[in-house]
Amino acid sequence: MRRFTWFNATALTLGFAFLYLPMLILIIYSFNESRLVTVWAGFSTKWYGELLQNQAFLNAAWVTLKVAVISSSLAAVLGTMAAYAMVRGGRFRGRTLFSGMIYAPLVMPEVITGLSLLLLFIAIGMDRGVTTIVLAHTTFSMCYVSVVVSSRLATFDRSLEEAALDLGCTPFDAFRSVTLPIIAPAVVSGWLLAFTLSLDDLVIASFTSGPSSTTLPIKIYSAVRLGVSPEINALSTIMILIVTVGVIAASLVSKRSIALQKADEQKALQQ
Amino acid sequence: MRRLFLIAVPYLWLLALFLVPFLIVLKISLSDPAIARPPYTPTLDIALGWQGLKDFFSQLDFENFTFLTEDALYWKAYLSSLKIAVVSTLITLLVGFPIAYGMAKAPTEWRPTLMMLVILPFWTSFLIRIYAWMGILSNEGYLNQILMWSGLTDEPLKLLNTNIAVYIGIVYTYLPFMILPIYATLEKLDDSLLEAAEDLGCSRLSAFWLVTMPLSKPGIIAGCFLVFIPAIGEFVIPSLLGGSQTLMIGKVLWEEFFSNRDWPVASAVAVVLLLVLVIPIILFQRNEQKQREEGL
Repeated sequence: MRRFTWFNATALTLGFAFLYLPMLILIIYSFNESRLVTVWAGFSTKWYGELLQNQAFLNAAWVTLKVAVISSSLAAVLGTMAAYAMVRGGRFRGRTLFSGMIYAPLVMPEVITGLSLLLLFIAIGMDRGVTTIVLAHTTFSMCYVSVVVSSRLATFDRSLEEAALDLGCTPFDAFRSVTLPIIAPAVVSGWLLAFTLSLDDLVIASFTSGPSSTTLPIKIYSAVRLGVSPEINALSTIMILIVTVGVIAASLVSKRSIALQKADEQKALQQ
Repeated sequence: MRRLFLIAVPYLWLLALFLVPFLIVLKISLSDPAIARPPYTPTLDIALGWQGLKDFFSQLDFENFTFLTEDALYWKAYLSSLKIAVVSTLITLLVGFPIAYGMAKAPTEWRPTLMMLVILPFWTSFLIRIYAWMGILSNEGYLNQILMWSGLTDEPLKLLNTNIAVYIGIVYTYLPFMILPIYATLEKLDDSLLEAAEDLGCSRLSAFWLVTMPLSKPGIIAGCFLVFIPAIGEFVIPSLLGGSQTLMIGKVLWEEFFSNRDWPVASAVAVVLLLVLVIPIILFQRNEQKQREEGL
């Protein structure tokens, strides 16, 4: 507080301007009448209309959404299992290799991950399509999930679980009624992370997709390479708005649940 | 039993979809060149037993790797990737540090909102954020319009399709990765240390240099690695913002694979790229470990 000076205020203003101005310009120009993206010719929503009639984009969006939902759900399950194995598995054979395989994909350049998976699918004669993209996305995003979940698992009090076991729970019941509710926020944020990673991925999807399974990033990339097209502005605006609303809603929900928890604690203290 | 199941499922998944594919890349990088036409020789004939295995290993060679050293393109691409990654990491640090500093000094009730504002671009599509810069940097783009309108230049500057655009793109997309770890260390910093330094006769600037900087070192190092490691294998930014002159190894690998269809050379490029990355990653892990030990 004491040191919040004009310097800090300028740094923050310039910094956030740098982060947000490009996206703001994109949103403003998505309502531009002109086909020339850089010349303002009046307000219009026609690019949104054209976008909604562009079947190729809609198909790609549908494929992308399908891939993201399936792969992030698989990743949430596999990643949670992997986190459990890492934190609670004790010593088992090949543990070093296992933890190596969990951390390595996080730093592996996407071009290498994509290339290696494609060569695998070719080696086993698997046709490329939605399934291969799902397999690829699940593999890299389960590693992110397991990092998020294992940090939560490592910090929570194990005696709660032991108490449940002492009180006659089966290990599965103990997991379901004690461990799972405690790690649930981490699993949910892991799922969300996996979901956005999958929505956003261009490189790995390009290697692992077939001709019939184009995802939205692949579609955007090829449209953008041919030159700036105003429909992409409209599409980008829609995507930015969805994300913004989602993130704000999520933060409001978590704020509310923290407030409720605090109120509960106070009530408990008063009694 | 249950424990075995919990371990085995993710373990086998990663073996099949991470380790095995990588071994295939390694094997193909050591095979004879053949344009996009598997199977690559030598092939492993298990039926021949020990002899088959011996034949397989004796036929592997480093031909593709020798090829990489012979063609100057690959050397230049690796070096220029390193250079672009180092320079843009330093620029990101210069841009990110003041922002993180400003956040850490902001009133406490603002901080969660500021944090969210830093994270929000990360949730927004990477491709779209790069695309936004294409519109800004092009010859008729907004930046050139402003520059010409203000009379700073008479004719548009060529910004798009240059290395400058690549630097801007990398700094822009990886900025949150730099801000967040630095903010985390600065936020924990005890203000009374700075007061003590000033009481002992330091000026504000030297207090910052002698106290704040050394204490924020762990955050700076973590941020630099978080930017440097993904930047070095970057493909999307150089291919959309960089011109034909921009050489980055991720782009070379992509073109080797999709345009030249030379899979063995593409695989060799991938293997060398991984080797280049191993050194910074080991350094990073060492640093993390040291920090953890100091923390205890």
